[in-house]
Amino acid sequence: MPANCSLCDGRAVLKRPKTGDTLCRECFYYAFEEEVHKTILDANLFTSGESVAIGASGGKDSTVLAYVMKLLNDRYNYGLKLVLLSVDEGITGYRDDSLETVKRNQNQYDLPLKIVSYEELYGWTMDAIVKQIGLKNNCTFCGVFRRQALDRGAMLLKVDKIVTGHNADDVAETVIMNVLRGDIGRLRRCTAITTGTEGALPRCKPFKYTYEKEIVMYAYFKKLDYFSTECIYSPNAYRGFARSFIKRSGKNSTQCNHRYHSFRREPLCQKGSEDASSG
Amino acid sequence: MAAGVDVSLEFSGGAELLFDRVKKHDISLPSQDKSWTLQCLLAWIRDNMLKERPELFMQGQTVRPGILVLVNDADWELLGELDYVIQPNDTITFISTLHGG
Repeated sequence: MPANCSLCDGRAVLKRPKTGDTLCRECFYYAFEEEVHKTILDANLFTSGESVAIGASGGKDSTVLAYVMKLLNDRYNYGLKLVLLSVDEGITGYRDDSLETVKRNQNQYDLPLKIVSYEELYGWTMDAIVKQIGLKNNCTFCGVFRRQALDRGAMLLKVDKIVTGHNADDVAETVIMNVLRGDIGRLRRCTAITTGTEGALPRCKPFKYTYEKEIVMYAYFKKLDYFSTECIYSPNAYRGFARSFIKRSGKNSTQCNHRYHSFRREPLCQKGSEDASSG
Repeated sequence: MAAGVDVSLEFSGGAELLFDRVKKHDISLPSQDKSWTLQCLLAWIRDNMLKERPELFMQGQTVRPGILVLVNDADWELLGELDYVIQPNDTITFISTLHGG
């Protein structure tokens, strides 16, 4: 039989990767949401009255982010004006389908949606670019384009900030990629919770301390509507190598991501967890 | 001799792409000498259901890191993972976390 919940003795449904705690559904929702709330408060991410664009791809992270931002904004009266912002890279069979998910999220979460496309901003879709240059390093410059597209969309919306669904696993992957590339500048910056404050719009990662497993479990239990197909141009992306490395080393250590982040933080439901700051 | 077991398998989060994009499969596991553990089930899936690229689903004797496994909506890490003995009419869910963001 499954274990009992560490907090309420209900039937546990999940073992937390961060702490090893076993939690029932309700306590898991509570812990998940409150940790994101604590992250937002500790880092002073928002000020009442601000407009915030949620970078929404239709994937699991941004779908859960939109849901949780809306929920916390209502529960704790952040006083934020939230809007979904999506980028259409022009990738047939991938982004067109995922944008349909974002359009459903717009109704499900009652949030306005703005879509900006590579075609209108740059005159090129990714499909047209790949046709021209072939399948090589596509993610590298698609990423650069998307970053700028998100900024330009945010400017059009006149928002104060952008939030993205980057999670603890993503940040750990980025650390490894920057180590392997020897990119010391990015290595220093890449774990910051808010970036791009000089001139550009600030970007924040409210899920910086949230593990991918919990995001997926949250979406699964809440039956959130998200899109899950790998981009047709990404199979050879460099990130994939960092990703499988992190996933493999994660099998051996519950707090592997924390080691990559190299910082100390007390989880909400901490019970005899080991030192998270080494490495 | 362990009797055969009927179970429901669910694949989501992109894992269904390895199974003809079908999310739910009701299967009957045949009777065998030892009990049907999740480890046996994974081997059975690999040999009977996976048509191509088994490495995208399995690594060694277990699932590929990044694929979550639930039994009747509970994390398999609470149930002994590979050693869990499957009960009749269990629903076993595989969710890939490896896609998109």
